[in-house]
Amino acid sequence: MTKLTELNIASARDGLNKGEFSATELAEAYIQAVEAGRDLNAYITETPDVALERARESDDRRAKGAHIGAMDGIPIAVKDLFCTEGVLTTAGSHILDGFVPPYESTVSANLRSAGAVMLGKANLDEFAMGSSNITSYYGPVKNPWKAASGSDAGKDLVPGGSSGGSAAAVAGGLAMAATGTDTGGSIRQPASFCGIVGIKPTYGRCSRWGVVAFASSLDQAGPMTQTVQDAAIMLGAMSGYDPKDSTSANVAVPDFEAAITGDVKGLTIGIPKEYKMDGMDPQIQALWDKGIECLKAAGCNIKDVSLPHTKYALAAYYIVAPAEASANLARYDGVRYGLRVPGDSLDDMYMNTRGEGFGDEVQRRILIGTYALSSGYYDAYYIKAQKVRTLIANDFKAAFEDVDAILTPTAPSAAFALGEKQEDPLAMYLNDVFTVPTSLAGLPGISVPAGLSADGLPLGLQLIGKAFDEATLLNVASSLEAAAAFNFKPDLFNSKGGASS
Amino acid sequence: MSLDKDTVKNIAYLARMRVSDDKLEPLAGELSAIMDWVEQLQELDTDGVEPMASVAAMALPQRKDVVTDGNCQAGVLKNAPDREDGFFTVPKVVE
Repeated sequence: MTKLTELNIASARDGLNKGEFSATELAEAYIQAVEAGRDLNAYITETPDVALERARESDDRRAKGAHIGAMDGIPIAVKDLFCTEGVLTTAGSHILDGFVPPYESTVSANLRSAGAVMLGKANLDEFAMGSSNITSYYGPVKNPWKAASGSDAGKDLVPGGSSGGSAAAVAGGLAMAATGTDTGGSIRQPASFCGIVGIKPTYGRCSRWGVVAFASSLDQAGPMTQTVQDAAIMLGAMSGYDPKDSTSANVAVPDFEAAITGDVKGLTIGIPKEYKMDGMDPQIQALWDKGIECLKAAGCNIKDVSLPHTKYALAAYYIVAPAEASANLARYDGVRYGLRVPGDSLDDMYMNTRGEGFGDEVQRRILIGTYALSSGYYDAYYIKAQKVRTLIANDFKAAFEDVDAILTPTAPSAAFALGEKQEDPLAMYLNDVFTVPTSLAGLPGISVPAGLSADGLPLGLQLIGKAFDEATLLNVASSLEAAAAFNFKPDLFNSKGGASS
Repeated sequence: MSLDKDTVKNIAYLARMRVSDDKLEPLAGELSAIMDWVEQLQELDTDGVEPMASVAAMALPQRKDVVTDGNCQAGVLKNAPDREDGFFTVPKVVE
């Protein structure tokens, strides 16, 4: 029999249904894997007791013939940005020291109702701000992959970010799947870096209620999984209208898994010429070309499209997101929860608490946002960026009149070594060059592992879909996944690195 | 450099965030580099373009103006760093 920790959601579901193993056995296998894999620092808080209790409940449901949810008995990691009742929730920040929410986020509650078993809270960049999981107060996460050759051979690599702990946990076999959140690429880029699937659904598909807010007009939760089919199963369990989130979309949730038919003949896939950036890594271009060939072979029509304002997306994002963050993070005041650093006056206490509680990157973004929103600059920066955002959304609207999905690379490179790009915030921001436009337009995007770099590291391709058309997106992604046949796993026990198939 | 030390000090105060004096200069450099890079947005003609505040093409939902939650004082106060007699406490603000 396959090792329990090598199963995915679909195959574990089959095994559980057939009674080949119990949810408790599955949870126990993963709890052991989590302990053995602590070196990756993928989890901030492990919750083995919660996992065993929920696994037992799942086994009881099966024994009684009660209703079985879509994720019943499936062990998952929950990004530590989702509030979980009675379980420490940190957002990767010192300022939330000791915060134990008295409530549960809608998405994690939906997963729990679907029977999912929580293994723990996954590490992340502080307040989800970062692209390599190095800004976490709880330390960096290591990517389970290692380069077999090149200048980074054998070094510890970043898992991407901000959902770096989630991605590393899934890639390293420390969770069967995980929740992530994506504001500018925080699900898709780490999925690409770790060789897994990650989908950011349409803005409004998953409730933001109970998710620690970064930039409210962009934040979206989504699943990070081993396969596209798993992503479809888990997205269905996470989604749904929630009156507690005023931007939650009151639209039906289709059966995403059933939408994966394997038939994509006659669909038109757009290739945006503006994503062919100057100085693009030839390996990324080659991977993109391979993806085009895969979809052609599956019967798709390929069409060049233009998204003319692409080059302005990152700059607009780095006004809009920090501006919203500076407003959202105003709530951390040392009064109601988390860290308090005493001061002589109320102002003094605020300043000490926020000065000590926020890390460097979060402080930078709060300062940029405060500046962009301050009197005299509001129109020049914030309103201007919002106007550019309209232009970017219109680009996609026009392109989607002619195509069913758009194919691009997910990230401009493979995972890089821990410590690289750390001193230059701008160089780090460029990681999200291919993912940010989708976020600004609120569209769904999925990263599918599609190949290995010359140094043996995973590379992902991104498919972008129409608003609320995750069904088509997942179907195309599944065809791409089948054709790309990425059957590699990180070789955790080979210190020289490399991949095994 | 678009942001100098004093500007950083001022916005740090607006954000109620203590930034030590020795960090003001490097921060001014980093923030200026980001803002200079953002300047490229000015190349674009956006006259007559509506600013996008939300991607959701819908009106904010309304609900009945009734109490939907409450009687959870202990839960609300549970995570407070300091509390007294059912209240949050802060340093003295009135002399």
